[in-house]
Amino acid sequence: MFVSILRRFVTIIPTLIGVIIVTFLLTRVLPGDPAVYFAGPAATPESIADIRKSLGLDQPLPVQFLHYVDDLAHGNLGNSLATGQPVVNELISRLPASAELTLFGLIISVLIAIPLGILAAVKQGSWIDHTCRVVATAGVSLPVFFTGLLLVYVFYFLLGWAPAPLGRLDVFFTAPPQVTGFYLIDSLTAGDFQTFRASLSQLILPGATLAIFSIAPIARMTRASMLAVLASDYVRTARASGLSPYTVIITYAFRNAVLPVITTLGMVFSFLLGANVLVEKVFAWPGIGSFAVEALIASDFAPVQGFVLTMAVLYVMLNLLIDISYGIIDPRVRLEA
Amino acid sequence: MTDIAATTRPATGLAALIRHARYVIGENPVTGLAFALFILILIAALIGPWIVPHDPLASDTAAALKPPSAGHWFGTDQLGRDIFSRVVVATQLDFTIAIASVVLVFLMGGLAGVAAGYFGGWTDRIVGRIADTIMAFPLFVLAMGIVAALGNTVQNIVLATAIINFPLYVRVARAEANVRREAGFVEAARLSGNSEWRIVTLQILPNVFPILVVQMSLTMGYAILNAAGLSFIGLGVRPPTPEWGIMVAEGAANIISGEWWIAFFPGVALMVAVFCFNLLGDGLRDIVDPRRRT
Amino acid sequence: MNVAPALSVEGLSVEFRTRSGIVRALDNVSFAIAKGETMALVGESGSGKSVTAYAVLGILDPAARVTGGKAMFGGLDLLSAKPGQLADVRGREIAMIFQNPRTALNPIRPVGRQIADVLIRHGNVPGREAPAQAIEMLRAVGITDPARRAKAYPFEMSGGMCQRVMIAIALAAKPSLLIADEPTTGLDVTTQAVIMDLISDLASELGMATIFITHDLALAGQRAARIVVMHAGHVVESAPTRELFARPRHPYTAELIAATPDSAASLDDLASIPGSLPDLRRTDLPPCRYSERCPRKLDACGRPLPQTDTSAHHVACWNPLPMSAS
Repeated sequence: MFVSILRRFVTIIPTLIGVIIVTFLLTRVLPGDPAVYFAGPAATPESIADIRKSLGLDQPLPVQFLHYVDDLAHGNLGNSLATGQPVVNELISRLPASAELTLFGLIISVLIAIPLGILAAVKQGSWIDHTCRVVATAGVSLPVFFTGLLLVYVFYFLLGWAPAPLGRLDVFFTAPPQVTGFYLIDSLTAGDFQTFRASLSQLILPGATLAIFSIAPIARMTRASMLAVLASDYVRTARASGLSPYTVIITYAFRNAVLPVITTLGMVFSFLLGANVLVEKVFAWPGIGSFAVEALIASDFAPVQGFVLTMAVLYVMLNLLIDISYGIIDPRVRLEA
Repeated sequence: MTDIAATTRPATGLAALIRHARYVIGENPVTGLAFALFILILIAALIGPWIVPHDPLASDTAAALKPPSAGHWFGTDQLGRDIFSRVVVATQLDFTIAIASVVLVFLMGGLAGVAAGYFGGWTDRIVGRIADTIMAFPLFVLAMGIVAALGNTVQNIVLATAIINFPLYVRVARAEANVRREAGFVEAARLSGNSEWRIVTLQILPNVFPILVVQMSLTMGYAILNAAGLSFIGLGVRPPTPEWGIMVAEGAANIISGEWWIAFFPGVALMVAVFCFNLLGDGLRDIVDPRRRT
Repeated sequence: MNVAPALSVEGLSVEFRTRSGIVRALDNVSFAIAKGETMALVGESGSGKSVTAYAVLGILDPAARVTGGKAMFGGLDLLSAKPGQLADVRGREIAMIFQNPRTALNPIRPVGRQIADVLIRHGNVPGREAPAQAIEMLRAVGITDPARRAKAYPFEMSGGMCQRVMIAIALAAKPSLLIADEPTTGLDVTTQAVIMDLISDLASELGMATIFITHDLALAGQRAARIVVMHAGHVVESAPTRELFARPRHPYTAELIAATPDSAASLDDLASIPGSLPDLRRTDLPPCRYSERCPRKLDACGRPLPQTDTSAHHVACWNPLPMSAS
């Protein structure tokens, strides 16, 4: 089995190479002189020339590329114009915020979408089935930033239930001592329940926004997959053997139906990582998405490039993880290897 | 019931297709609604700027931040501009962006996919590699990168949207081209001396079009969301141009102080447009190939 | 019969709602099987044999509706039983095995666990002991090295072994009635014989009644004590095997036998029966669904068919072949 996992690791190498090439090209197709972009709007001709030299922009393209790869290997993603700090440091310090938000949203989404999909399939034609269908179509049409704003308006402004959308923690609280960077986990390990509650309340609206966005594809896939499995020969055998409804629906049907849902998660992550950027802007969430958006507005290019590269690598890794999990769960793949 | 024009023969049976289309629209009221909505959006896009009550760019600070009223159906924004007029006028821009993106990706992806499926070999490998590399990125993030790199213009939004949808069209077109590669009419064209490229563009591509049309309608919805999302974070469209995404961004800060109408109406317009195109796509799928109904 | 039958199906009628109309799949189907008896349900594809079994077991498609009849089993009418009662009967008292054994088994669950599931559910076997008993069941159906095989998945086994596993699952709770729906379709000829022998042996060991559903009249002749012939959702004739072959009374049965020249042929190969199955969606179906292709048709055949009688040799026909015909 380890050989197959190793083999999967090897297959992502060409993908990663492609990603690196694309992010390199993105900076070199800037209209005009890239050095001007990297030097910033307030640069003098000398600093522009300096940048050009230090980035090797006067070299031929292949040499530039090698230079770029060398930088990457040393964890050098350039410096942010605004702060003067290395981009990679900013990304690392902001990554947990984005990760916590995305995972929180995904967990809520899965907890709602999968039971919804199962029930819609088991009770085909009922009101649950129609609700599932409406949710699926609506979820695909709603712009995620609009959903976020609507939630803020209803739950913060009108009802006052949610706190102001001003980031991860209310001003009166301080962040818990860093263990994982996830405030929910860190506050629990520090035994600080106040901070835990505060972090959770800040997470709910942006998390719900992301969840609403991703419920649709997961519920739709679960429903379709369950319907196919419920009509299968082996479910018929399970029913004919008089097994309990729970055993038939969960142990026999769902475990088989979940396999295509896992592969769908790859596509869901693509949407989620993109939606993350928009949600972070709406809720002033200090993650890597808002880092990139702020840099964009300031025409600060290195952070944007670093952001795109980081997100792509993350996405490739997530897909690999999904692939490996699938291989472990499905015995047909596991044993064939 | 009349058969749909078999998709293996180029462009015959158009009358039968129209008859079947009318049948499908009549049978499913939701599809009919989607078509009606589409016509409405089209009208707004075409003549919107001429029929709106106020100048979308005219600011009137005295009348700023007014809620919806008889004079201003959707209220006014921070600069006193009439939101209703802006929303209607924005239809043209968003619609144009969507159509342009979709046409571009059909040409790029359709042609590349058909070539890959028809010629195979290195063409197939290279096109496949490109598509895979694009799909290695979270799509919206890639769009951000492309627009940031190429420059902050509407044309680049169109290009970025086309690029991120490229792999999907390649896949569909390639599969269809593979199927039709050995078809009778292709053989006939080959035997009568047509060059390979003529066959690809004149015989295969038109046959692939019906299947891609369904995808194109869905992509329209996605293209609008994509453009709006990019505008929301400051890429592409610049103020004071009215565009739904940027209008939502302009109204975002006011939500907290309760002035909901600034962001609400453009957001609803987005929703309605995307919903319409999605339903349209489903309806088109029923017309083109009911077997593929999900 | 003096003793109460194991299963008695009376007047079973089933319809299917489809896009192109209502299919009257079964009409007034009746038959009975005695305890420990081996019976065969024979007919062409589309004659309704599997539908009958599914209806009895309550595992019909959601689009199907039972529109009449009873299926008496141990004093309980299965067709009107509550879901809880039915789930207790299924697997424990009545079991079924299906064709295409590989797709009929859960592809991602070890076969030993699938047997254990039934043991735990019906066999009053505590969870700890179920795996060991599952291994015993595998041994009983003739699988070598059962302890290792119990951990295997269906895709790692041959078609014949999968069918043995299905038999193990079906017999785990020692039911009193086994329904075998074309158990040998898809298996090679040698395996077919082996599987049929296995079923017969286990049936006599457990004193279990068996219904074989098959399109193969020759197979039915070899294995069953009694044969029930179905055509287009009707039971047309029912008789002890030797009697049926010696003195077939329904014209359809006679055609079937005549078209089975040797024991290797199956009914699907015949080209000699004139006409074809009527479209069961028609609202103007004649009471005898064979009449439109029957060479012995009379005007009287427009009447509703004669009711089931309790005689050992029943035929649903107004103009049956005379008793002395051969």
